[in-house]
Amino acid sequence: MSRRRVVVTGMGMLSPVGNTVQDAWDSILAGKSGAASIEHFDASQFSTRFSASIKGFDVAEYMNPKDARKMDLFIQYGMAAAAQAINDSGLEVTDANATRIGCAVGSGIGGLTLIENTHNILKKSGPRRISPFFVPGSIINMISGNLAIKYGLKGPNIAITTACTTGTHNIGSAMRMIQYGDADVMLAGGAEMATTELGLGGFAAARALSTRNDDPQRASRPWDRDRDGFVLGDGAGVLVIEEYEHAKARGADIYCELAGLGMSDDAHHMTAPPATGEGAANSMANAIRDAGLNVDQVNYINAHGTSTPAGDLAETNAAKRVFGNATDALRMSSTKSMTGHLLGAAGAVEAIFSILAIRDQVAPPTINLDNPSDGCDLNYVAHDAQPCVIDAAVSNSFGFGGTNGTLVFRKI
Amino acid sequence: MSNIEERVKKIIAEQLGVKEEEVINAASFVEDLGADSLDTVELVMALEEEFETEIPDEEAEKITTVQLAIDYVSAHQ
Repeated sequence: MSRRRVVVTGMGMLSPVGNTVQDAWDSILAGKSGAASIEHFDASQFSTRFSASIKGFDVAEYMNPKDARKMDLFIQYGMAAAAQAINDSGLEVTDANATRIGCAVGSGIGGLTLIENTHNILKKSGPRRISPFFVPGSIINMISGNLAIKYGLKGPNIAITTACTTGTHNIGSAMRMIQYGDADVMLAGGAEMATTELGLGGFAAARALSTRNDDPQRASRPWDRDRDGFVLGDGAGVLVIEEYEHAKARGADIYCELAGLGMSDDAHHMTAPPATGEGAANSMANAIRDAGLNVDQVNYINAHGTSTPAGDLAETNAAKRVFGNATDALRMSSTKSMTGHLLGAAGAVEAIFSILAIRDQVAPPTINLDNPSDGCDLNYVAHDAQPCVIDAAVSNSFGFGGTNGTLVFRKI
Repeated sequence: MSNIEERVKKIIAEQLGVKEEEVINAASFVEDLGADSLDTVELVMALEEEFETEIPDEEAEKITTVQLAIDYVSAHQ
């Protein structure tokens, strides 16, 4: 069976730098950070006391508060981003098309807030006080599940969980479903709300987080010699992706083509990549081949670029392995310098920034990159956005477990 | 009695996300107030919490209307 083409027709986002796609993109192009001291719980005993959390979110804009009460925040975030994306796409769900529309929206961790709160109730008041909504309110596939119920989407319904590659793998797998005929339209992406006591404490214990508590907005500094870990962030990104002819037939506005998916694993260590970047390189090479492109046709990489000492160097080495002589003309930036690391939502939010880079022909910046460290010598679009020709953009995600994913977006 | 009735109605309105004026004595949680089976479980838990009582599952299943909730709580105070 020949593969069908897949295009992007809708986008929605909640992010630390804006609660709509346009607000977030304006912040990104202006180089604004979304990091701030933690105020939603007492973080005074933690080694890291800041995060890139969502600000000013009113769930009532998106759903009945009675329904929201049964959902952890990560589900609320995912539902909100999906509502924006569906609205943006102009998609109408009917009896005729409902079985051809599906969902693939995951999360890296799931409902930590609800898990922590419910455990506290259990310890204080006993098992009879556990809410019947605890399980459906905290498990990872309940963004996809609730979206199906809300919009009547009767097609494939999944939620892949692959740590920080979650968003990328969900979008890529949804693309495959459309390519091979399982669905005509998919809502795809990821959501996360892990800036909780256990989430922050767990990543801090793994020594993964920046401890630049006195200057949160300068803490995420990918490829800079003074980087000291990532900034934990929350949010959600959802795309509406669609078979090309289906999109044209309904007169949808098309952002670009979703042309390729690549996957691989490092087979190396639970949390750290190999310095060579071999697994990341395989992921990128697989994606570019899947898209039917040569490396010199790719103009921009939205890097995983989390601001960890090992990861940033490995990704740079990976890009050099894949792009060879074409590396010189390449721009590779990390929007995590502004958003922080949204874990399971990162790949989805960064897919959206990659798509907007193609639409607006501009590479978003890497802020805080004052002094590139040894071996980090690519064009990282330091400090300021760079207008440039972008016909194809690559978005990378790498997760604990060594799992890698890469998407390729292409101008249409 | 009226105090219990008011407190029960307030909890029902909160738990089921409906206006207090909709919570009339004859209203059925499922038929009239839009509750599903999990909503009713959580509602019973909220009543237990408010009135510091324990409602056995076989009793809880019979509490299907506002009046039955008021009656149960009144009888077990």
